[in-house]
Amino acid sequence: MGRRILFITTDQQRYDTVGANGGLVARTPTLDRLAAEGIRYERCQPTSVVCMPSRASMLTGQYPSAHGAWMNGVPLAVDAPSIAAHLHDAGYATALIGKAHFEPFLDPFGRYPENALAHLGIPTVESPWFDGRRGVHRGFDHLEFATHGVLGPLHYAQWIREQHPEALGGFYAVVDGDLNVNAAGGGDTGAPQVAINPVARDWYHTDWVADRTIAWLESQPVERDWFCWMSFPDPHHPWDPPAAERARVPWREVALPINYPQRAEDRERLLDQKAQHWRMWYDGRLVSNYEAPAKWVPATLTADQVREVNALNAVEVELIDEAIGRVLRAIRERGWGEDVDVIFTTDHGEFQGDYGLLFKGPYHVDSLMRLPLIWRPAPSTAPSPTVVSAPVSLVSLAATFADIAGTARPDWVEGERLPINDRDAQDRNFVGTITEWDSALFGVDVHVRTILTDRYLYTEYQPGSVHDGSEGELYDLVDDPLQRVNRFSDPTLSEARSSLHEQLALHETREVERAIPGRLVAPV
Amino acid sequence: MSGTGVDMASLRYEVRIAAPASVVWKIIEDPASIPKWFPGIIAADVEGSIRTITLATGIVIPEEILAIDALQRRFAYRILAPQYRSHLGTIDVIELDERDTLCVYATTAEPDTLALIIGGASSGALDSIKRIAEGG
Repeated sequence: MGRRILFITTDQQRYDTVGANGGLVARTPTLDRLAAEGIRYERCQPTSVVCMPSRASMLTGQYPSAHGAWMNGVPLAVDAPSIAAHLHDAGYATALIGKAHFEPFLDPFGRYPENALAHLGIPTVESPWFDGRRGVHRGFDHLEFATHGVLGPLHYAQWIREQHPEALGGFYAVVDGDLNVNAAGGGDTGAPQVAINPVARDWYHTDWVADRTIAWLESQPVERDWFCWMSFPDPHHPWDPPAAERARVPWREVALPINYPQRAEDRERLLDQKAQHWRMWYDGRLVSNYEAPAKWVPATLTADQVREVNALNAVEVELIDEAIGRVLRAIRERGWGEDVDVIFTTDHGEFQGDYGLLFKGPYHVDSLMRLPLIWRPAPSTAPSPTVVSAPVSLVSLAATFADIAGTARPDWVEGERLPINDRDAQDRNFVGTITEWDSALFGVDVHVRTILTDRYLYTEYQPGSVHDGSEGELYDLVDDPLQRVNRFSDPTLSEARSSLHEQLALHETREVERAIPGRLVAPV
Repeated sequence: MSGTGVDMASLRYEVRIAAPASVVWKIIEDPASIPKWFPGIIAADVEGSIRTITLATGIVIPEEILAIDALQRRFAYRILAPQYRSHLGTIDVIELDERDTLCVYATTAEPDTLALIIGGASSGALDSIKRIAEGG
């Protein structure tokens, strides 16, 4: 028997929403305990700040420029490398329960296995993965899918439509009639993507994901090694947690984020320092990407809306924390407690009011890029609890899973395994992480490359329909942890900028086997 | 947002096929043949100029056939479903030489998101047409 792996992801969760990371709004005792017993990373970055490319990096251990799912709506190639397949080949039972999103959601033709699997049932012999050895899809031999609502063909949506049809109307409609991200306001403040949802807590997708995870774990022989990816759709918008839970965090008592300037002129002054698309989006002059409501103008965001969104986000984070606690109890009750590694993280962050913005897009700052990451190694390995301050990336997850399983790192994996402490990070040269953005939607293309080091956050905007290649952002994280002062043109930092540029250039020209970039076939 | 006031989404995909244009045209000219080459369409009923397609997810979409031009090798249709405020789909089969063909599938539609969904699926259709035409 080896070490089992419980890989827990959430969707669109900020670093500062976890108590162990200094978060003050949500109570997260389960995550805090895991952090106290294991390794808490202070500087974890995604490879992309949107779901599909970031999640594909978790699965493949590759950057988007290598795995080819370069923006939301571009499917990861069905034969792309998969750490789940690697673990399956090593004898692990493999499951993904919750949100996958390696393939487009908006797929009325049912062309993609994630949608077809749910629609047709498991397994499907149409998948090239289904050769009786590697599991039905991407190396997972069990898949049960959920996403942010009750629309579409995924398992959770089907389950609630069949079991609790009376609850459907309470959920926020994530997309509008044009299939754009819905701009309609709700809740007490009229904030976009907010609703008061009367659904019972145990019918909500957070508890469904935990329930289905426990059911799968209980179906496994006690001696079996397993890799289980438990993937919660929350706290991604819409912010429509069960109404009975809203009282946990009264929104009127929630402090405004430290990076939310209350005066419009202060917000605008901050945005005007950054590349031009920041202010263009804020003013409603540019829609560069699908992930925020196209018909919503950030400048209309009010302080009370920020409070309500942050409160509901915290409610969702607390429900996730409690759901994780239930799954960990079930694991202990099966006698596996000593031999399970638990890794918790998310795919990207969320503005939640920073700079007067909500949602996400081609904006590479901590709001979207600083992620919670906790690794509680199996207690049987007698881990030394620690905090890692060196920059690390989600691209390291695949190699870490392979290492936990006692297998060699697959040669297609780009990322090195996560460091177990800062000394390990120093010895293995963890000095910078890269985040990529490429998008081309309805005539607007944006291309961004960012490097984060222990001192700087540096971004270059490559030529596109908005930028001419001359713009960038450079923040000194020591003097300016909130990334408010753009020093891209500061001559006193020209040497640092030159070095950071070189590191980005090395990333762009790195020698690695690259998949043919996928085709954009859906908005998301 | 182009800034021109002309904002309808228009997508175009093309594929080069190692087969004569007549072979490629033969695959697509019959409007009832679409389930054979458009992934995710499992049935098509044609009555006069109206084609009703059924998707793998069970969704049924009515369409109007606008042109089947064997001389230009051009097929044009529009979706009549109420979700679409406007739609025009065209498939052009262009002879490059006696053995090579360019097949172009274009979608212009409103709302944008639906244009992208149909247009994106059409790229898979081109892959199928190429495979069939090349004898795969």
